[in-house]
Amino acid sequence: MLISLVPLLPLLGFLLISLNYKRLSHSVVSIIACGSVFISFLIAIELFAQLISLPEDQRSFNVMLAQWISTGNLSVNFSFLIDPLSSIMLLIITGVGFLIHVYSIGYMHDDAAFNKFFSYLNLFVFFMLLLVMGSNYVVMFVGWEGVGLCSYLLIGFWFKNTNYNNAANKAFIMNRIGDLGLLIGMILIFINCGSLDYEEVFAKVSSLDTNTITLITILLFVGAMGKSAQIPLYTWLPDAMAGPTPVSALIHAATMVTAGVYMVARNNLLYALSPASLNLILIIGLATALFAATIALTQNDIKKVLAYSTVSQLGLMFVALGLGAFSSGIFHMATHAFFKALLFLCAGSVIHALGGEQDVRKMGGLKKYIPITYITFFIGVLAISGIPPFAGFFSKDEILADAFAHNPLAYGVALLASLLTVFYMFRLLFLTFFGNERASHETTHHIHESPKSITIPLIVLAVLSAVGGFMNVPEALFGSGRLTEFLAPVFSQSKSLLEEHPLSHGTEYGLMATVIVLTVVVIGIAYSMYVKKNEVPVGDESSVGTLQGLSYHKYYVDEIYDAVIVKPLFWLSDKFDVVIERLGIDGLVNTTGNSVVEWSKVFRLLQNGSIGFYIFIMVIGIVLMLSLTFIH
Amino acid sequence: MILSFLIFWPLFVSIILLVVRFKNAKELALGASIIELAASLFIVSQFTKTAEPQFVVNVPWITSLGINFNVGIDGISLLLVLLTTVLVPFIILSSFGSAEKRPSSFYGLILMMQMALVGVFTARDGFLFYLFWEMALIPIYFICLIWGGEGSGKITLKFFIYTLTGSLFMLVALVYLYLQTSGTHTFEIGALYEAGRLLSVSEQSIIFWAMFLAFAIKMPVFPFHTWQPDTYTVSPVQGTMLLSAIMLKMGIYGVIRWLIPVVPLGTQEWGNVAIILSVIGIIYASCIAIVQNDFKRLVAYSSIAHVGLISAGLLTLSKIGMQGAMIQMLSHGITVFAMFYIIEIIFQRTKTRSLAQLGGIRNVAPVLSSVFIVVMLGSVALPLTSGFVGEFLLINSLVQYQIVIGSVAGITIILGAVYMLRTFQKAMSGETNKVTSGFIDLTTQEKLVLFPMVVLIIAIGVYPTPLLDISEAAVNNILVIVSDFSASVK
Repeated sequence: MLISLVPLLPLLGFLLISLNYKRLSHSVVSIIACGSVFISFLIAIELFAQLISLPEDQRSFNVMLAQWISTGNLSVNFSFLIDPLSSIMLLIITGVGFLIHVYSIGYMHDDAAFNKFFSYLNLFVFFMLLLVMGSNYVVMFVGWEGVGLCSYLLIGFWFKNTNYNNAANKAFIMNRIGDLGLLIGMILIFINCGSLDYEEVFAKVSSLDTNTITLITILLFVGAMGKSAQIPLYTWLPDAMAGPTPVSALIHAATMVTAGVYMVARNNLLYALSPASLNLILIIGLATALFAATIALTQNDIKKVLAYSTVSQLGLMFVALGLGAFSSGIFHMATHAFFKALLFLCAGSVIHALGGEQDVRKMGGLKKYIPITYITFFIGVLAISGIPPFAGFFSKDEILADAFAHNPLAYGVALLASLLTVFYMFRLLFLTFFGNERASHETTHHIHESPKSITIPLIVLAVLSAVGGFMNVPEALFGSGRLTEFLAPVFSQSKSLLEEHPLSHGTEYGLMATVIVLTVVVIGIAYSMYVKKNEVPVGDESSVGTLQGLSYHKYYVDEIYDAVIVKPLFWLSDKFDVVIERLGIDGLVNTTGNSVVEWSKVFRLLQNGSIGFYIFIMVIGIVLMLSLTFIH
Repeated sequence: MILSFLIFWPLFVSIILLVVRFKNAKELALGASIIELAASLFIVSQFTKTAEPQFVVNVPWITSLGINFNVGIDGISLLLVLLTTVLVPFIILSSFGSAEKRPSSFYGLILMMQMALVGVFTARDGFLFYLFWEMALIPIYFICLIWGGEGSGKITLKFFIYTLTGSLFMLVALVYLYLQTSGTHTFEIGALYEAGRLLSVSEQSIIFWAMFLAFAIKMPVFPFHTWQPDTYTVSPVQGTMLLSAIMLKMGIYGVIRWLIPVVPLGTQEWGNVAIILSVIGIIYASCIAIVQNDFKRLVAYSSIAHVGLISAGLLTLSKIGMQGAMIQMLSHGITVFAMFYIIEIIFQRTKTRSLAQLGGIRNVAPVLSSVFIVVMLGSVALPLTSGFVGEFLLINSLVQYQIVIGSVAGITIILGAVYMLRTFQKAMSGETNKVTSGFIDLTTQEKLVLFPMVVLIIAIGVYPTPLLDISEAAVNNILVIVSDFSASVK
């Protein structure tokens, strides 16, 4: 029963607020919205404590709530599964979610649609919890599509702005492309296993042939590409920054976009049975990590940099999954949730302080005005850059070590993407908080540190970003890999299928040293460019042909999609409507109708009223009939 | 007895309204339709979930031709009767905001329509089925003609002739089957099933196409659909609601009851062609919906797309497909009714249905906007709305049938989102303009119609089991007839 309360509380919060949104005051709404998520968080802790106290092979509870769809041999229930994987997800969603709810109280304070915002936020948490708690594919799919809906509603939250609405539509439609893959994949699972329950599917899946599993896993991964913004379905995520910043932090950094990572990890057994799919994930992950990082290098919108960084970091998580290092992927997802949520919320605080400014070229020198935001942002940057002992160091190092053990090329690309990350994050830090003040005097005058409801979540997340890595310290550093050990039962079956590439501790030390040295060098370069020389990016005017211009214009991918997919679709639709529909099909129908009328006009002439003519026709008829009889 | 009441009560009130010309025709019609709804709910309460037809009334009518007045209800019939009896009061209520000319005739025709619809969904005699089928055409023709918009004369005539032509093929097929019945010829449904199944594959194929043509025109399935967008657009909104929410289900029902079990071999022989046509229709109509500017026309095309999926899933002859078709018929009826009403509300206030002229209604009408969102979600089949259950089952059945066909049909979830979100954005989002700045939010009467639809969309999405249970046994029965026969041939 306790388990069902976890998603039901936020749902209750949503219903309470949305059905009374005119009557409730802002403070009551804040209490309902934050309170419901907080209680869910407490329950999630309790569930986690219960799990951890159990022996490995018993760490999972199944709860069936109600029958949902049942007909023929298809039977789907509303039922939940709590195991180490979903338990970690629950903690992140409700914990980080709660902090962002609190932050939003301050951030959305002056917004007229305050109540609506919180109702959507609660609805989002409900669907996100369904996604990770469902014990079958269909409940996961409910959450999957539901978070897409909330993302749509929240990106287009300020619906007067046409660009924001376009961004919202784009997000929903791109996600739907992925969802179709997921849906077909699910149906194929049902056809082949006769069930959609994880437990039953995993029990039967080893008997399927590899081609079927490869097809299924690729289709599922198409869903992950949409939700987790991987090439080629990533372009909606940067545009999604149109939503209020807490939304970017919660949905488009910490939780929803990691749903794809969760889903692949959940299906680890299927993926372990299909090396081809794992390779595909590895390649897509590497490509996305590198590609998005190169775009982030030249962006000037503080949220856009973070958005491309998210795409890139998600790519890194998929690299881990593609290597079969499922728990490393989940580990990085957890630390990323801390530091990326932190970075977004700090960005929100900066934007808040500057009265809505998002362009780093109009910032600079802010550290003395908003010290808490500055320090927490700095911690976030250290964490994402992988400076020891901050959170990102441990999780990123694990992925890099896995890559090195598996394939040197993969290691090279992942390392490059990580170093680019260090560069653009420090560039962002320096441009925002160091150097000359480039904001107008008027703006500078009004700069103030954000209220407590904003700074406290920042501080908590900063602490988590600083120490979060210690949940999984590798053996080489005298840790015991506690997270890996906790998650082990979820991945035990696939682990036995995949070959291991153990590294000696010496190699691991070497890798760590390499990364740290290179990171320091990159920070030095960024420092000399943006602090010593005080360079300010030009951006808009940068010439088209150069690499820099290419990166600044995001490789023109949006333009290419527009020319290759959107325009042709509209052209085709228009031709369907004007040519095939009106001239073709309906033309044929009308011609048929008209020809009946025309022929009737001809036949009408036969009815001319002349008795002689009728007798003449009759005689001819009789003659014809008689002659026919004779022939027979 | 109760079933005779269900058929003759609306007819009785309808005749009174057409002859006497009441001043309070609206209220009388509403009252009559509520009594009808209560009667149908009584049937639900007495219904047992078996495959057998219940509440049967079977009296000889034209004995020399073996025609009986034979009606009965099984689970498939019951769901569609329910759809009719639930929606008709709301269709009547939806007209309360506007003053119709000659109200007594208007409501009389709506009730006559209801009687014919209930008749179609319950008839168990081929001749009677055909009779009700054609009877349904007459009131809707007059509703569209007399109360329709500009150019209704030509368009409704086309609609009338087109559907009548289709029905004639069906009549020929029915008579042919009748002549094949053993012993004294009869139109009794079981006898027609027997007769049809004994025919050779080629004969069954001809009958399949003759009947399918009538049903395909009614639904409509690509490429027999071109009467539909014009008729939906020009009809008064209550006419559009009757046509789209209920009447097109006659075609789907016809396939289930009067096509598949009658000529199982013909269906297996030609079902794939019909499925491919339906799937082409899904993509084709969705694409056209994307580029429409007239709101009503857009929803008309979206309806073709939705019906295409139902028809395709149904013809896979799988249980999941048929059950999906049943639940999707209800869902489609509810969402399309609500959507057309929203369009009418916007039209009454702004005097336009052009999306290019609308915009920003969200700013001034938050309640309407929220209702719109739920109806839209039902239409794009978001999980936990009624649309998802049906589409999930239908796409599932199609993927099982053939993965490529299933995947192409599945594109509907993408294209549906494209045209619905685009519509919502154009009509509701953005800043208000001259046309929409004075927009008034929903009135109490409008809420009375729309809120129950919102509740139904979500309720069916969350808990579809009772409805699936009602039709389960009857659907099984149809499939048993098909598979028994296929087995006996092999």
